[in-house]
Amino acid sequence: MSVFSEVPQAAPVAVFKLTQDFTNDQFPKKVNLGVGAYRTDEGQPWVLPVVKKVEKIIVHDDRLNHEYLPILGLPEFRSSASKIALGDNSPAIQENRVGAVQCLGGTGALKMGAEFLRRFYNGDNNTKTPVYVSAPTWENHNAVFSNAGFEDVRPYKYWDGEKRGLDLAGFLGDLESCPERSIFVLHACAHNPTGTDPTQEQWKQIAEVMMRRKLFVFFDSAYQGFASGSLEKDAWAVRYFVSMGFEMFCAQSFSKNFGLYNERVGNLTVVARDADNLKRILSQMEKIVRTTWSNPPSQGARIVAITLNTPELFSEWKDNVKTMADRVLLMRAQLKAKLQSLGTPGTWEHITDQIGMFSFTGLNPKQVEYMVKEKHIYLMASGRINMCGLTTKNIDYVAESIHEAVTKQCQDFTMQTKAVHVGRPRIIKRIKSLFHYCS
Amino acid sequence: MSRPGGSVDEKEVNQNGHPGGHLSVFSDTHAAALSTEIRLLSAFKKDTETRKVYLAGREYYSEKGKTFELRLVGKIKQQISADPTLHPEYPSSLGLVEFIRQATQVALGRNSRTIAENRVFGVQTPGFNAAVRLGAELLKHWYDVSAAWCGPVYLSVPCDDSLASIFQAAGIPDIRQYYYWDEEQRGVCLEKLLADLERAPERSVVVLSASAHYPTGADFSQDQWAVITQLIMRRRLFPFLLLPAQALCYGDLERDAWPVQYCASQGIEVLCAQSFSHCFGLYGEAVGHLLCVLKHSSFLLSMQSQADKIVRSLWAQPSAGGARVVATVLSNSAHLVEWQGEVKRIVKRCMLIRAVLREKLRLLGTPGCWDHLTQQGGLFCCTGLNGQQVEFLSNCRHVYLLPSGCVNVSAINSRNLDYIAESIRLALTTSL
Repeated sequence: MSVFSEVPQAAPVAVFKLTQDFTNDQFPKKVNLGVGAYRTDEGQPWVLPVVKKVEKIIVHDDRLNHEYLPILGLPEFRSSASKIALGDNSPAIQENRVGAVQCLGGTGALKMGAEFLRRFYNGDNNTKTPVYVSAPTWENHNAVFSNAGFEDVRPYKYWDGEKRGLDLAGFLGDLESCPERSIFVLHACAHNPTGTDPTQEQWKQIAEVMMRRKLFVFFDSAYQGFASGSLEKDAWAVRYFVSMGFEMFCAQSFSKNFGLYNERVGNLTVVARDADNLKRILSQMEKIVRTTWSNPPSQGARIVAITLNTPELFSEWKDNVKTMADRVLLMRAQLKAKLQSLGTPGTWEHITDQIGMFSFTGLNPKQVEYMVKEKHIYLMASGRINMCGLTTKNIDYVAESIHEAVTKQCQDFTMQTKAVHVGRPRIIKRIKSLFHYCS
Repeated sequence: MSRPGGSVDEKEVNQNGHPGGHLSVFSDTHAAALSTEIRLLSAFKKDTETRKVYLAGREYYSEKGKTFELRLVGKIKQQISADPTLHPEYPSSLGLVEFIRQATQVALGRNSRTIAENRVFGVQTPGFNAAVRLGAELLKHWYDVSAAWCGPVYLSVPCDDSLASIFQAAGIPDIRQYYYWDEEQRGVCLEKLLADLERAPERSVVVLSASAHYPTGADFSQDQWAVITQLIMRRRLFPFLLLPAQALCYGDLERDAWPVQYCASQGIEVLCAQSFSHCFGLYGEAVGHLLCVLKHSSFLLSMQSQADKIVRSLWAQPSAGGARVVATVLSNSAHLVEWQGEVKRIVKRCMLIRAVLREKLRLLGTPGCWDHLTQQGGLFCCTGLNGQQVEFLSNCRHVYLLPSGCVNVSAINSRNLDYIAESIRLALTTSL
């Protein structure tokens, strides 16, 4: 008998299932607004021109050795990646208390940080330290931290479905009332999935509470440069926290801003209290890395390192990033304008207020279902859309479809302006009672 | 610039007057003990002796003393970079389909019944350790659905010292050992190994090297495999096979994987961790694979979905680059022939080095029997030198071996052979 005969089937990942359904759909005007990857206006993935250039350089360079990378990764990648997040003139870097671990993408960086914290933070192997992730958040945050051994992964208030914005009071409330030394996973910019970031003033308030209550700061930075088009602007929150003297981790991903999704280029930046602490932390990180992957893959890290360390290439990269960010901003502006000109019920300011790849449209589950089933437009059940999936060719169809979904799915559109967040029982109940009146 | 820590203190005082705490939250974190290899390498680097030799590295070194890329691989990489159809997308968590297909076939044989019966799946992993880790996590979560399984896992003595920590990191604390290398026989001692496994509790996992055992280079014969698998079946043990340097034993991927095919043909469920780093010179690219052979096809989808789920919390998706190269070579018959030629050259060179070293030692009148050098295969071999002698070699002769007395034969070349042979002779004859 097989030892595996009782193993149950795991649930598929929603966003990948969505893409699969999209792929299988034969409808000619289908649109994929699900998975978070950049697409050009032709709806194609985009190899950044600077990346193509650097790949050629690498492939023709005979001097590159082909040995295993050091366990912590390519040194020039790690230092330039940390510099990108913290700034060239970061005092923390100059004080020699910043180090990094090259990881398999942003996920790998989160994983390394989580594994380290579980072993060495708040006592030895303290698996009971609460880990707070935003409500909502990227669904993999939960899995990474609980699989690292943390028993208590909880949500902190973040998205206000009614206001369609940040629930700052709720967020600060959770920061004040949580157990001291809890770990908080913060999105550095372009919050996934809401696209709603705290303002600078709001970040300052958040930082003040976190410092006072000795909470651990763990930034997830997957969209630097991609959100506003400016690397500095997108790193403001991270740099502010560093300047406040926090010891913190920042998991960086270069999948989106370099278009290196399949090369798995990530970096865990560690900001320690001092050089001695940093040394000890990195020594333990090495041990953890070795039990997960022996050495990280070099290709993607090399591309990033060469780009960041060569002035002309760095400039070109910033332009490429701005190209992507600008296209997203354009689509946001156009979508909002079209919805407004169609007279679609509700307010659509949030489309341009939100930032980054994603927008939390405010469409409720019924409306989302309509979009997917009737209009073959694939978006997440939460109403999240990937702005990169919009093009000048499909934006009219999408806008019209949203219009239809909103107007057909409920006659009482004044109630409809209150957005729905999946998983909020009170609102769901109210919408359900509305449908009772509509049908 | 202010002194280290100074600017931090100032800021802390400015923040509502309440400092975040002077002590680091990590002040109790001890520095990790350096792994053996890191200590050794660091000592080697500091060594100023011009004749120093490092024989403890993991990679294959060419005659010129550098790790190198196979010619064919260089060509393929250029082709791939010029390919306009390749898109930057998230690959599936399980990896590149074509790579998995090829990796599975070279482990089980193209005509394997297990593949035809659809009871095999594979997962591309970022390297060999990652494959072991994934296998360990699968066992931890799913070996015993009724309760959290904690082992035991049996490892050979000696073995790769990261293996134990990988299983422990996956949450399996109970790691035990089985007898493997025998100093006197200078080879595997089957009786003692069987005795250890006989005593293992049912449902134990046994980690076995399929070929080119690291670090001794000593492998089982086919007859010995038959005996071992009999025991495994009788005692209901679970074999986890390792192929860290597939193709470097016989110069043939499938031949090196014979034990995997044999176990599969006996109807045993097997996990197998493979690496293609060595035989493709793709060290920097972390190209690994975990193979899972099940008893029945009806368990395939569930196990595969659980593997997918575990991967997503470890590294989400593997990296594409190296896997693409491997898949391209293995799926093209012209490339395959050219590549096999290059690999056979590597393997022949290793065999030649072993023969030459053995002859050299004999000519020098070095005590002991050195036949085992040519009886073993692959990159590594165990000299049989003891701890004191190994230390003598590094301290006095600046020749660095693994503490177990094992060496990477490819690091021996025409320039250092004489010096190394003489050093070994001295280690055995100098009274220490």
